[in-house]
Amino acid sequence: MAKTILDFEKPIVELEDKLNEMRKMSDGLNIDSEIKLIEEKVKNLKEDIYKNLTRWQRVQLARHPDRPYTLDYIYMITENFTELHGDRYFKDDKAIVGGLAKIGNHKVMIIGHQKGRDTKSNVYRNFGMPNPEGYRKALRLMKMAEKFHIPVVTMLDTPGAFPGLEAEERGQAEAIARNLFEMSKLKVPILVIIIGEGASGGALGIGVGDRILMLENCWYSVISPESCSSILWRSWEYKEQAAEALKLTAPDLLPLKVIDRIVPEPLGGAHKNHSEMGEVLKNVIIEELNTLSKIKADKLVQSRIDKFSAIGEVVE
Amino acid sequence: MSWFKRKKENIVTEDSDRSHDLPDGLWEKCPSCDEIMHKKQLETNLWTCVKCSFHFRIGSEQYIKILLDEDSFKEIDKKMRSADPLKFEDTKKYSDRINATIKKTGLYDAIKTGTGKLNSKPVAFGCMDFGFIGGSMGSVVGEKISRLIDKACKNNLPLILISQSGGARMMEGALSLMQMAKTSAKLTNLAAKSLPYISIVTDPTTGGTTASYAMLGDLIIAEPKALIGFAGPRVIKQTIGRDLPEGFQKSEFLVEKGFVDFISHRKELKNNINNVLSILT
Ligand SMILES: [Zn+2]
Repeated sequence: MAKTILDFEKPIVELEDKLNEMRKMSDGLNIDSEIKLIEEKVKNLKEDIYKNLTRWQRVQLARHPDRPYTLDYIYMITENFTELHGDRYFKDDKAIVGGLAKIGNHKVMIIGHQKGRDTKSNVYRNFGMPNPEGYRKALRLMKMAEKFHIPVVTMLDTPGAFPGLEAEERGQAEAIARNLFEMSKLKVPILVIIIGEGASGGALGIGVGDRILMLENCWYSVISPESCSSILWRSWEYKEQAAEALKLTAPDLLPLKVIDRIVPEPLGGAHKNHSEMGEVLKNVIIEELNTLSKIKADKLVQSRIDKFSAIGEVVE
Repeated sequence: MSWFKRKKENIVTEDSDRSHDLPDGLWEKCPSCDEIMHKKQLETNLWTCVKCSFHFRIGSEQYIKILLDEDSFKEIDKKMRSADPLKFEDTKKYSDRINATIKKTGLYDAIKTGTGKLNSKPVAFGCMDFGFIGGSMGSVVGEKISRLIDKACKNNLPLILISQSGGARMMEGALSLMQMAKTSAKLTNLAAKSLPYISIVTDPTTGGTTASYAMLGDLIIAEPKALIGFAGPRVIKQTIGRDLPEGFQKSEFLVEKGFVDFISHRKELKNNINNVLSILT
């Protein structure tokens, strides 16, 4: 698979390539000390770059085409997954997937946005941009989870709800609004995990829950930096500034109480080591569900409503 | 000198279209049929065109006068204002934008909330103002609606919200987004008490506002020819690469597609709400 290398990853990749070359030709040559030196350099460079990521760089990592998507996590961390299709009204939206599964000892209904990895699969998945039937499928599955007392796990990764003509005809706004309303009062635990891009209402449409987790290199905001730039700066060129202004990274959102927990990624991002990322996330999910499953339904719903009611800052 | 206020040409975009705004000259030309009306005449006609019924865009002050019994409105949280939680800055500081808008409009944010009476029936009432940063929803709009719903629940009042909004406010980032969840969550409390919620959508209602409380009314009533949608027309046009059909995303289209109960002329609005409330309460 051809790997995508981001601009700021280039110095690291170049140095690593050099290191590999030296290792290959090191037979018989006495260059071990030089290799050690470069290894040290790679390590320092990585730490330097990844500990000081700008907000825009994190947006790029969140969109990295090699990053694990919902189905990757489902295959890595669940057992007995049965995918369920369709909203029972119109059709099956391929940009949102969901189904029954087990994670550790927990039965779950797992639902998430699904992007494609190449042109063909991206067209199939509509680039992870759901239509109303996607939100309605998600709601159908959540209602089923409620009926059978199974907790819901949702994974958010979308560049937005699809802004198409037919999406409007079928009530994109109503579909999202309905989910916000119904998820607020669903009588089973809802664990929300932002695994990539959390673009506005399209993300929030499956994002109301008891605990909101966010992987380290994701973004979550009301608008993408590019669209924000085009509206407020009247040019597409100010995306870096817009990303800074929007404060859309996990470390920004934790103190604002938009999220409850940051899930660490492997050094360099989730795409560098899928299995390590999967393992970390699996343990976190099990830990969170252990806690949530002990809370009574009424109390769960009340604290969920209270939790969202408390978000926001005003001056009186 | 022209004897009615001319509109500046070529400076409007679809997003900042002010052609529906309340005129501030003495005379105004109807943008739809070119009829020229005196401001007093327009006011008596509830800011709708005497000839073609075009609905001019009006603010919360006017809607309070139109819908609530005289002097019955008691505003709550009047001076609540934005805390600029992100210290947001684009080409301007958000805090400066807020201060300038407060000065210009005499409003503190994009919604007025309170209690009042509609044909002697007590109601919880909120009305947005497009004139305040495009009627955008940030923490203040979310918190004021949230408290209004609390008040409705506590005093067993039906809720009436008039939406007029470009969507969630960019300058408060994810906090604005969360107001969608917050207001929707609060509405579940109202629903649990079987208190009616009447959502009135006016021109324009788009984005996060539509995708939360505006679409969650037990009844959704639209003013004629209002733009109501999730994505804005410009974005949709870019997506599909062709012009949008005539009337797309207008009130009449939404009724046809099944997302709005009915359209009401502004003159009939109070009577229509009263009829519904007399059955639901
Ligand atoms: Zn007219």
